[in-house]
Amino acid sequence: MFYDVIIVGGGLAGMRAAIAAHDAGAKVGLISKIHPVRSHSGAAQGGINAALANHPQGKDDTPERHAYDTIKGSDFLADQDAVEIMTSAAPGIIFEFEHWGCPFSRFEDGSIAQRPFGGAGFPRTCYGADRTGLYLLHTLFEQVVKRKIDVLYERFVTKLTVKGGRCAGVIVMNLHSGEFQAIGGNAVIFATGGSGRVYSVNTTNAHASTGLGVVIPYWAGIPLEDMEFIQFHPTGLDGSSILMTEGCRGEGGYLINNKGERFMKNYVSEKIMELAPRDITARAMQTEINEGRGFEDRYLHLDLRHLGAKKIMERLPGIREICLNFKSIDPIKDPIPVHPAMHYTMGGIECDKDGVTKIDGFYAAGECACVSVHGANRLGGNSLLDTVVFGARCGRHAADRVKKMSQTVDTDTLDSALKEEKERYKQLCSSSGKENPYTIKNELSQVMMDKFGIFRNETDMKKGLEEAKILKERFAHIRAIPDTGKFNYDFLWVTEIAGNIEAGLCIATGALARSESRGSHFRIDFSKRDDEKWLKHSLFTYVPEGPQLSYQPVTMGKYKPEERKY
Amino acid sequence: MPTFKVFRYNPKTGDQAYFQTYQLPEIKGMTVLEGLYYILENIDPTLAFRSSCRQGVCGSCAMHIGEKYRLACETQIADIGDSVSIRPLAHMKIIRDLVVDLDPFFAQYEKIKPYLIPSGEPPTREFKQSPAQRAKIDFHVDCILCACCYGSCPVVATDEKYLGPHALLKALRFVDDSRDGATNERLAYLASDFGVFRCHTIFNCQQVCPKDLDPTGAIGKLKMKALWAKFTGKLGKNE
Ligand SMILES: Cc1cc2nc3c(=O)[nH]c(=O)nc-3n(C[C@H](O)[C@H](O)[C@H](O)COP(=O)(O)OP(=O)(O)OC[C@H]3O[C@@H](n4cnc5c(N)ncnc54)[C@H](O)[C@@H]3O)c2cc1C
Ligand code: FES
Repeated sequence: MFYDVIIVGGGLAGMRAAIAAHDAGAKVGLISKIHPVRSHSGAAQGGINAALANHPQGKDDTPERHAYDTIKGSDFLADQDAVEIMTSAAPGIIFEFEHWGCPFSRFEDGSIAQRPFGGAGFPRTCYGADRTGLYLLHTLFEQVVKRKIDVLYERFVTKLTVKGGRCAGVIVMNLHSGEFQAIGGNAVIFATGGSGRVYSVNTTNAHASTGLGVVIPYWAGIPLEDMEFIQFHPTGLDGSSILMTEGCRGEGGYLINNKGERFMKNYVSEKIMELAPRDITARAMQTEINEGRGFEDRYLHLDLRHLGAKKIMERLPGIREICLNFKSIDPIKDPIPVHPAMHYTMGGIECDKDGVTKIDGFYAAGECACVSVHGANRLGGNSLLDTVVFGARCGRHAADRVKKMSQTVDTDTLDSALKEEKERYKQLCSSSGKENPYTIKNELSQVMMDKFGIFRNETDMKKGLEEAKILKERFAHIRAIPDTGKFNYDFLWVTEIAGNIEAGLCIATGALARSESRGSHFRIDFSKRDDEKWLKHSLFTYVPEGPQLSYQPVTMGKYKPEERKY
Repeated sequence: MPTFKVFRYNPKTGDQAYFQTYQLPEIKGMTVLEGLYYILENIDPTLAFRSSCRQGVCGSCAMHIGEKYRLACETQIADIGDSVSIRPLAHMKIIRDLVVDLDPFFAQYEKIKPYLIPSGEPPTREFKQSPAQRAKIDFHVDCILCACCYGSCPVVATDEKYLGPHALLKALRFVDDSRDGATNERLAYLASDFGVFRCHTIFNCQQVCPKDLDPTGAIGKLKMKALWAKFTGKLGKNE
């Protein structure tokens, strides 16, 4: 099987890349371990940022203002040229979605509705109720269907084949048949999403959002970037950590402690309150809980009751549904119990503004990529934008590149990789080990949450890194995987755990090394940002004994680092 | 202690399908999906079931749970009692355990041209759409394609060419969209032999929809629209 451009991932980034590559004339194969419409992009609730200036209070908004907010939000770690590309492409890409039928909510004048979001100078988050991700995802799938792009769903990529600095294709486990297959391509784009499940005890992410997506290229020699920057969303639902969108606060919701206080006034200016950026809000919440002002020492209240039934039903119907189904409470009548939960990976596969990586023909886009437009802290509503802007750029670039090439498949490299994978599978199925892989998954995520969470310090992190290394060692002795043939989900989930461990080691190593506080990375022992030493991106290169760290400069531009005040 | 009775089938073994019983620990607030994960991770790694978001939005985990088609992740064990019987969706080929072949489901969806066909060139900014116009497609656009409706529909069971409630609901979403310009062509196709008039108005789809959508009502509405277009001579050509 051969394609000009192989895309791994059927979320927003993957499908947008597929459409762009197809429209540029390439033969595209879209590969995904779950059906595209099942991708976690569909769970995005709050909205997508673009300076459309539709909101009555946003008439003066511009892509420049959007860029400034993004760079300040990133704690000046974002690459400024990439941010400018993203914010200036934003209005066009939103209008294109709208022309493709995306059902955005509307203002009275018929224009796309926008709401305020954290860290933004103007209300610029375009939304469709609180189901923005679902609408965007289905709209893109519709366009994929329209173009009759080949969708190979429930194909689980386990290996990227690289030879002589060039990428030849991927090896997949076809879940439908239970067989491994080699798929060749002149370009391969990874759009495998976030790694939230590294923190599976407390994350807003789907089961499918694991570390494996960034680790497969990492194993193949492609560096990862800025892995230590992990975003904790302020409002995960107590218990399941299902997300309660920032839109709840954008629409006017309050955060309340056990004294009945809107405690955010003690952390940021009264003008900003609950709409401070996520890193600051999550730290404030964790401080409240740690200092005994939480409920049951675990959560705080997100109070929407004053918004009234009409507004809640109109703008936040999905939030209400989740509260009813998962917590048996009704936000119209009850406050919502919330605590910070791991939400987003700012880091990822190192790439430039066209998704180009160090390996010829290999690209990355979406949450698995690190362009970097989010730096040390992403603003709400900027990730959906990132996926589609850079997804499209990457798809176009890949298609243009392969047009200049002859269709030669490196069958030797593919064949030998295929053989290796089959052999590895056989070994996994005949292991005599005793460890339960899922116990390791749970222990790892507990270590990550406890030692590499919202507040970090050297002593804990050193301990945590050692613990993670031991877990990797134990993982080498897991019990046998049953060879069930079709839909071997045990094989899939256990392979994902291998990815989680490796990604966890990168996060841990990067966090321990970075002796400063910046954005989401907050160290009690180094509580200030240190531009002189640390205004640089971390790079992680795979070597068997653990990631090798190096650094690269941030692309600066108009905006000089300043203290972040809100 | 909850007991799960789960449908098992693996073509590889050559065995007949059977139900397997698993004992689970009592955990407050546990969902059926969490129960299935508990089995996979601690009791029986051979169990196959689809899942991803665990928050009722990706549509992966539709199955027949205690007398009803629903989403495993949204269903609390406590709400259905301690004895939970779980089967795969009906009317589709069972591949293994709780995993069915969804290809026909997606093939029917593709047939209705599930994408906007605007009548003219798009403006430089957005198409204007008033909140009232937007409200006409409320709910229809919330479908997560979980296939609960498809699995519960007796017409789907007996007529493999029937487009199915999910595809027809999707069709109304475009017919009712003020930006779409292909209404009469769409209606002509939907009024063909395998379309809206094959629906016997049994209401199963409406009853099971985990998102409280109303495919039955949508089909009824399309029937009326198709008839009206026919009577007024506007019905397009069905190519
Ligand atoms: C609950 C939630 C709400 C959010 N809300 C917002 C919001 O309102 N605004 C905003 O801007 N951002 C939001 N975000 C962030 C944003 O939704 C994500 O960053 C973004 O959708 C990621 O898109 P993606 O295309 O990169 O990945 P995904 O949508 O996660 O898709 C990844 C794809 O890769 C495939 N894949 C992965 N690994 C493999 C493999 N090994 N083999 C084959 N296929 C594979 C998967 O099948 C999937 O199709 C939210 C995130 C969460 C978790
Ligand atoms: S797992 Fe996504 S709907 Fe149940």
